[in-house]
Amino acid sequence: MKINTVLAFALAGYATTAVAQAQQITGAGATFPAPVYSKWAESAKPATGIELNYQAIGSGGGQNQILNRTVDFGASDAPMDAAKLASGNILQFPAVMGAVVVIVNIPGVEMDALKLPGELLADIYAGTISKWNDPKLVEANRGVTLPNLAIAPVYRADGSGTSFVYTSYLSAVSADWKSKVGAATSVKWPAGAGAKGNDGVAATVRNTKGSIGYVENAYATQNKLITVQLRNKARQFVKPTAAAFNAAASAGNWRDAKNFAVDLIDQAGDTSWPIVSATFILLPKDPKDPGRSANVMKFFDWAFTNGAATAQALEYIPLPGAVQDAVRSAWHTEIKNPDGKPVF
Amino acid sequence: MQQARRTASRGANLGDFVFASLTRIAGVFVLVLLGAIIVTLFIGGLPAFEKFGVGFLTSTDWDPVQEVYGAAVPVFGTVVTAVLALIVSVPLAFGIAFYLTELAPQWLRRPVGTAIELLAAVPSIIYGMWGFFVIVPIMAQYIQPAVIDSVGELPLIGPLFGGPAFGTGILTAALILAVMIIPFIAATMRDVFLTVPPVFKESAYGLGCTTWEVMRSIVIPYTRTSVVGGIMLGLGRALGETMAVTFVIGNTNRIATTLFGPGNTIASLVALEFPESQSGSLKLSALLALGFILFVISFIVLAISRVLLRPRLKV
Amino acid sequence: MSATLSSHSTLPGAIKNLNVAKALGRRRSRASTVVKALCVLATLIGLALLASILLTLIVRGFGGIGLGVFTEVTKPPGSNGGLLNAIVGSLIQTVIGVAIGTPVGLLVGTYLAEYARGSTLGNAVRFVSDVLLSAPSILIGLFIYQLVVAPFGGFSGIAGCIALAVIVIPIVVRTTEDMLSLIPVAMREAAMALGAPKWKMIVQVCYRAAKDGIVTGVLLAVARVAGETAPLLFTSLGNLNWSLSLTKPMASLPVTIYQYAGSAFDDWVQLAWVGALLITFGVLAINILARVVLRGGK
Repeated sequence: MKINTVLAFALAGYATTAVAQAQQITGAGATFPAPVYSKWAESAKPATGIELNYQAIGSGGGQNQILNRTVDFGASDAPMDAAKLASGNILQFPAVMGAVVVIVNIPGVEMDALKLPGELLADIYAGTISKWNDPKLVEANRGVTLPNLAIAPVYRADGSGTSFVYTSYLSAVSADWKSKVGAATSVKWPAGAGAKGNDGVAATVRNTKGSIGYVENAYATQNKLITVQLRNKARQFVKPTAAAFNAAASAGNWRDAKNFAVDLIDQAGDTSWPIVSATFILLPKDPKDPGRSANVMKFFDWAFTNGAATAQALEYIPLPGAVQDAVRSAWHTEIKNPDGKPVF
Repeated sequence: MQQARRTASRGANLGDFVFASLTRIAGVFVLVLLGAIIVTLFIGGLPAFEKFGVGFLTSTDWDPVQEVYGAAVPVFGTVVTAVLALIVSVPLAFGIAFYLTELAPQWLRRPVGTAIELLAAVPSIIYGMWGFFVIVPIMAQYIQPAVIDSVGELPLIGPLFGGPAFGTGILTAALILAVMIIPFIAATMRDVFLTVPPVFKESAYGLGCTTWEVMRSIVIPYTRTSVVGGIMLGLGRALGETMAVTFVIGNTNRIATTLFGPGNTIASLVALEFPESQSGSLKLSALLALGFILFVISFIVLAISRVLLRPRLKV
Repeated sequence: MSATLSSHSTLPGAIKNLNVAKALGRRRSRASTVVKALCVLATLIGLALLASILLTLIVRGFGGIGLGVFTEVTKPPGSNGGLLNAIVGSLIQTVIGVAIGTPVGLLVGTYLAEYARGSTLGNAVRFVSDVLLSAPSILIGLFIYQLVVAPFGGFSGIAGCIALAVIVIPIVVRTTEDMLSLIPVAMREAAMALGAPKWKMIVQVCYRAAKDGIVTGVLLAVARVAGETAPLLFTSLGNLNWSLSLTKPMASLPVTIYQYAGSAFDDWVQLAWVGALLITFGVLAINILARVVLRGGK
């Protein structure tokens, strides 16, 4: 009984202490950009008075939440279906970009020493190349001693935007992969073992001799994982560096991309890293609370203007200036109050 | 006089009526609430059942790109890991229960018993992290290579231990599950062993039986049904475990042909794929259908354990 | 008589029998010793497993414990964040979830043990409740999402509490019913003979007698929900900021651990292990404390 009384008091206490924190906004979705969003949130709070609560529940979750209007904005690594954007009355815009890198654990092979043409990478994940001393791999890697060791491909077992980007790349470079497996947040992997999350892939690669995996760039850099060189569209081998990522980002055809759903996979240019992608924000065009929507745009406006250095420090690629301006004008023309006036 | 008694009994009746109704209402509430969960799952899974029919149960395909889904791989993984977990945990749990009831010195029984029960209080995400960071590396670097080298070439059992040594896989998942259900089975066994009337055991000791003979010929036959019931409850828990399994099973949608091979369970697959499933998609429906199938499996296991436990519950 | 006679008449045979009996006895006692040794080994394995889990948490988590963990809220990588909002959010949601689930579970357990023996409704309730014991918790989270979050248009701490309560109910139902069923008939009859109505008998006699077991059940429920990630992800969502409002998204330790453990940044990974250490030792401490208190009360 006593406990119940105490509880009742505690509950009553909530009702009164729940002072409305005026500027709170909530977003949910993709896991990949969560660190940079939370870093932006920390710096933007004193500057704008906006308190962002971003939760990484997965891109699919982010799309569902914005369709159900349970959050102020959704976030997704894979661009949303054009038909769904239309039927859900949602504006999609890019927030930041990132790269996916390939990591290996082969005795004697050092950082960025191994060179992998994309079609061989696809063959490895398809299981048709199963030994590291396969003649095709040896051919591409003169000067590197490759052992007679079975290849153990490791992939993301959880549905993830990273897998979507990676399989998009494999589909772009291998017709076989495109027709037999395809690109999605999770696919029917022909070979190898799955691991949960970037950390799971990294740890499994670390534990298993002869393994190969793919992770977000931030993960490889922070944990000093052994990455490899990939061959880009210009048939040049490139190392995964910030310059290579930026080259790919600026080579993208932003102007013709509908709903900003730009494709940054396997871009032209001698120095472009082939696996780069943008991550997207989803915002209702008819917000039920225009004040909160305005704060979302105010937040990203601040992040575009002031957040580039933060993004780079966390291994992300900021949006080019021209794209930022295009996003700002889309906010102005697309997102309206019930009376038809722009929200922001 | 009679009236006074009637009032008194009416007062008691009223109290009884209120209390009985209260418990009954709670019972119906829970039936409706929990029944609703099962029904929601079934309705949510209906599109997948309709699309694939009975083939959903037998198909080993899980291809989100082609939108073809089958339940055979996760159902296989769920059943195999749970059964393997039982094979490992039952002897261990039996040994612990035997030790705690017959062998341990009196002063040691409580602390050791509590420590074993504490294994049940460790949250499952912790089991997952422990399994992934402690057990998986040991499996990958020592146990699996050693077993593959020594047993892998033998006929018959050799093929069970093949494949690359990822450390993760069906066997690792089963081992973690075994650790998780040991405290449940051991506690049940200990409790039912204690229900054996001392007279029975003392008569056997009087005849010169050893401790082990008393256990084998008196205690086990006397408690057999309850022991099996307790084991089934452990099995039920192993079937639905999510986080601990997800970390260590290797998460592959193929039927594992070796014990070291990666696989998947229903709960693990649902947890992994759910965040990337869009509402209204066939994938989400297939996941909900899987959830429903898991309920059916637990239902069958529970029905068996009910039947086995019944004689003892009546006492 | 005849037995003595016959054994007398074949003395060498008796000696032989004695030898056989001795050999048999040796074999029997050897078998017993082997089994005993195996049982001690099994118990040692069990204890070693617990020790290994606790040691792993201490080795990886203890170094990260500092004042900041308890005074700072979660922050981006590199900003010296803590776990304050997650710890408080977890406490609130676990306490309210258990506080909602326990009375319901207690009443249902009582109904099953005392009123519904053999009735069809009782069997149905028991079955559904037991099936849900092994339900993957993500499905329960999903159900509460559809029931509470989607219709009310937002994630909230209270939705998380309800999801946890739904997980608590079947656990408490099971232990309550089991414990009430174990109470000797004599005890009930004594209470009835004193003229106590049934409900008083249940509340004052049975509950008191079954207290230990019921508390153990509630503790198991606490242990289970304190570490739950999946049902909270789609109900209370999580919150990067300090918030005590039950109508807004609320942080929790398991969700924070889940997200931090998989991140690329060392300070987040360290905090994840600290969180794991706090949850596990917190739950273990509650368990041990409750056992000590219960035993002291006897």
